Amino acid sequence: MAITKEQIQWIAHLSRLELKPDELALAATQLTSILDYINQLQQINTDNIEPLAHALDVSNVFREDDLKESLAVDEALANAPNRQGNFYGVPAILE
Amino acid sequence: MSTTTSNLTEKTACELIQIQANNEASAETITRAFLDLIKAREPKVKSFLKINEETALATAKSIDLKRAKGEKLGLLAGVPIAVKDNICIKGTATTCGSKILENFIPPYDAHVTEKLQQADAVIIGKTNLDEFAMGSSTENSAYQTTRNPWNLDCIPGGSSGGSAAAVAACEAPISLGSDTGGSIRQPASLCGIVGLKPTYGRVSRYGLVAYASSLDQIGTFSHDVADTALLLKVIAGKDERDSTCTSNDVPDYTKSLDVPVKPFTIGVAKEYFAGGLDPEVEKSVREALDVLKSKGATIKEISLPHSAYAIATYYLVATAEASSNLARYDGVHYGHRSKDHKNLIDMYCKSRGEGFGSEVKRRILLGNYSLSSGYIDAYYLKALKVRRLIRDDFDKAFAGCDVVAGPTSPTCAFKVGEKSSDPLAMYLSDIYTISCNLAGIPGISIPCGFNSKNLPIGLQLLGAPFSEEKLLRIARMYEKETNWHLKRAKVC
Repeated sequence: MAITKEQIQWIAHLSRLELKPDELALAATQLTSILDYINQLQQINTDNIEPLAHALDVSNVFREDDLKESLAVDEALANAPNRQGNFYGVPAILE
Repeated sequence: MSTTTSNLTEKTACELIQIQANNEASAETITRAFLDLIKAREPKVKSFLKINEETALATAKSIDLKRAKGEKLGLLAGVPIAVKDNICIKGTATTCGSKILENFIPPYDAHVTEKLQQADAVIIGKTNLDEFAMGSSTENSAYQTTRNPWNLDCIPGGSSGGSAAAVAACEAPISLGSDTGGSIRQPASLCGIVGLKPTYGRVSRYGLVAYASSLDQIGTFSHDVADTALLLKVIAGKDERDSTCTSNDVPDYTKSLDVPVKPFTIGVAKEYFAGGLDPEVEKSVREALDVLKSKGATIKEISLPHSAYAIATYYLVATAEASSNLARYDGVHYGHRSKDHKNLIDMYCKSRGEGFGSEVKRRILLGNYSLSSGYIDAYYLKALKVRRLIRDDFDKAFAGCDVVAGPTSPTCAFKVGEKSSDPLAMYLSDIYTISCNLAGIPGISIPCGFNSKNLPIGLQLLGAPFSEEKLLRIARMYEKETNWHLKRAKVC
């Protein structure tokens, strides 16, 4: 099943990823061949098999809800591309 | 200079510790020897993205001072170590081999970084990798392609290719990497050194930049198994900042290492010797099995019937997790922000479009495709069901054998550029390593020979969850019978 450029465009939009026209065309070809390969999974009967999201048995881990020191504001904001006071600056969301 | 201290850079970590204990060389002398060799070899090998010359020398001097004062020293005192550049060191750039993190300076240390510091190790630099650990050759790094020290025209493997090449080129005696689908074992095999991926949950992932969280695990590179045991002892153990990191006791891997396992059974999966395996690799691996047989191993043919589906399963599970993990690179909190944007959504799209390389984009697209409405049952959930079948195969195998043995990689190191335009061909180079991550079990690659072009070959041993102690002892039994781990690359 071939993946179309339109499908890639839609997934790229959902992924918040801008692709150049040549990247878009290449992604369509490459994803088509990768999915062709992946489709071999459909040969396996997985009726009544529970999905396995984690290899080892892990259950929720709780800890006491104690107050602890966390990252200082200046350290947390040190890598911000646009710092405004104690906030991250972003383009206007509401016009 | 005495014979024990000549060629300091060819020594193992255990030897360097002994040399310091005997007062034959100081931590500073050792560190300088490695820094000098790095300067000479880096133009050819390109293992490192950053060399911490100043801080490494300062640490080494402080360790010498501690020793002079008779203070208690850590397990890795004065031993230089290289760290893969997806593991955070506070105040040192951590790029993940990506343009999107070009200027990122972590405000905290990874758990393993703290452990190395507590052990008085000398962190000598950060090593190259495929961008976000996605790749098998380091060709996906946004900065440079690392070369194989045994043949500079070849790739070192990946994604931890820089950490593997650094040890193989004697630029560091030991290093840390991460393994999501083979990213430690495959480069260890291709570079002729030892590489261990511990059981999922054995080592904290706190401070390891996430790629696929249910598969990622930090592990080790070294010249021999004794160093692997020592380094694992330092980094393993509970950390409450990673809730998947278990509180299971950490055995003293170094103490039992030289006690042979007797009797023991090696499972040989017929699927690991099927089509696509290079005949020279097969020959060396079969000879390695004979060596283990001579040490008392019973060889038992087993089947891992779903291993043929491991790559397909992996590329759904890993990319689905990656598409979610990499959503954090949005140009807001840290990392690259596009200068040219019309609004918030456009800023996200352009920042990510400019910052990520092609393999990362491909995996985000594949992951989001397999998770999207209408496809999730056929792809992502199907893969999780097959993942259970793959794990069940191993459970059955380990009921009847102590380790599963086979080749680590179907071929020796390939040429730079040979597979870089065909993602699927590149994915297939992880065919023997990938199911280990899906099952969460430990795996080690140890050197077991060279092909006719003098390129290294690796033997992979896989064990049941948390069986590292036994895995290392069996690997050690093999190592003691052979000289492959004593060979050093000439780098020319």
